[in-house]
Amino acid sequence: MHLINIKVHMLQQPTVARMQHTESKPAIAGFLQRRPRWAPPAPLFLLQPVLRRIVQKIAENNPDMFGRLGPHYRAVFVIDPVNLPFVMLLRPDPDDLMLVARRRSEISEHDARISGKFLDLLMLVDGDLDGDALFFSRNLTITGNTEAVVCLRNALDDIDDSIAEEVADMFGRPGRAALMALRRMNEKRETQ
Amino acid sequence: MIRPELVCPAGTPSAMRTAVDAGADAVYCGFQNATNARNFPGLNFTVPELERAVAHAHAGGTKVLLALNTFPPAGKVDLWKEAADTGARLGVDAFIVADIGVADYIARTHPDIRLHLSVQAAASTPESIQYYCREFNVKRVVLPRILTVPEIKLMADEIPCEIETFIFGNHGLMVEGRCSLTNYITGLSTNMDGVCSPAAQVEYIKDDEGNLSTRLGEYTIDCFSCNESAGYPTICKGRYLTPAHDGPYYAFEEPISLNLSTLLPDLMKAGVTALKIEGRQRSKAYVKSVVSAYRKAVDSIMAGQDPQISDLLALTEGQKETQGAFKSKTWR
Ligand code: SF4
Repeated sequence: MHLINIKVHMLQQPTVARMQHTESKPAIAGFLQRRPRWAPPAPLFLLQPVLRRIVQKIAENNPDMFGRLGPHYRAVFVIDPVNLPFVMLLRPDPDDLMLVARRRSEISEHDARISGKFLDLLMLVDGDLDGDALFFSRNLTITGNTEAVVCLRNALDDIDDSIAEEVADMFGRPGRAALMALRRMNEKRETQ
Repeated sequence: MIRPELVCPAGTPSAMRTAVDAGADAVYCGFQNATNARNFPGLNFTVPELERAVAHAHAGGTKVLLALNTFPPAGKVDLWKEAADTGARLGVDAFIVADIGVADYIARTHPDIRLHLSVQAAASTPESIQYYCREFNVKRVVLPRILTVPEIKLMADEIPCEIETFIFGNHGLMVEGRCSLTNYITGLSTNMDGVCSPAAQVEYIKDDEGNLSTRLGEYTIDCFSCNESAGYPTICKGRYLTPAHDGPYYAFEEPISLNLSTLLPDLMKAGVTALKIEGRQRSKAYVKSVVSAYRKAVDSIMAGQDPQISDLLALTEGQKETQGAFKSKTWR
């Protein structure tokens, strides 16, 4: 066998199956999720200052994480919760942080894209789920600059405290209640 | 039966703390350079991080084993020597080595620190292991994943050192420490640069129908249809075409992980004194689940009970598990 002739074939004819978005809807995104299908997209401008505060807070609390990003701290990542009506653009540059919401049709130039269900992404960021396992089960998709994604994953995974709790605390009791509801939803999902 | 040491992976300080909390007897880790076989971007320890991590692990009664298990290219040995000197200064409990030059340097310079022979040395006969013990005072050998449990038992009777075997994780089947597949395609060496399938040369391409192609360098090494479990982008787990086979097939190994949970009592009876969990590149969620599961299993065996084995299938590559050669030489 000559490796130089490596070719690839699919073992079976792929069946056309789009991502299934059947998971129950997270409370934290309730106001976005409850809208009827025909309604206009949620007003993302309302989210922008909240996202800015979130990313600043995470950076402030975890300054050591940036070292693990190596040369990729300026990379732009699309975080795509496939069952929400928007994506987020993240640039983890400590001097020029960015976390903004965008409609899928308005995604600008980026280096990598990380797609998965919202709860999976949340649990992943929070160190409660293993990214490789999610990838093996095809519940996580990575495209673009793989090395940048690996660096981001390792940077986030080295954070001891719960990022979700840090964010929830920013919003006081309603924030903590929303996180509790999300975690319950995840536990229920795991036991099903 | 000797109580075995549970040896657990730590790719980051946080993963190390997780392993300690989950009941690791020892953790193994490496520096952020080519001196270890998991030289992945964003992974591993800086010197100050390792210093703090050693203190934390020792406070919890956990040993720290420093992996210096790659082979220095000619003229670059100083990096390995410096890593050994730094590890000694920080108080690591053992070095895991593969190269005889590195082994020789540590044996002469830091004779009070234990030397473990890495799986990367691929020492699989009593004669070769005896040689390492005699020449470098090696205290433990990590056996390649090619021996059956009865063969391990025979080995235990013939060698003057402890035996460590892998019990969970990656199942790559080339002769360990000799695999040049990555080198062939990317120009980087698993054994000298410490990285198999460097992420900078890995690309995933998803088509409109949900099929996922994995590319390494210029080569597509697999394509998973939309409902199929995926594996790592390693060449040994790729699907290939040859005239001898109808259609593409896994030439070396399929995406699958080793899981020896049900063989634990046999391994312990065979004289294995250290049980190793692979996965420094994995998350702390993986570390927590796998270490806790094996901690419980080992403790129940030691207490004379049936081992309680948790289901770890969700964490396995390709969502499949095997007992590999430990169970039978014809596992595929
Ligand atoms: S290609 Fe497979 S066998 Fe070779 S180093 Fe990589 S994981 Fe190991």
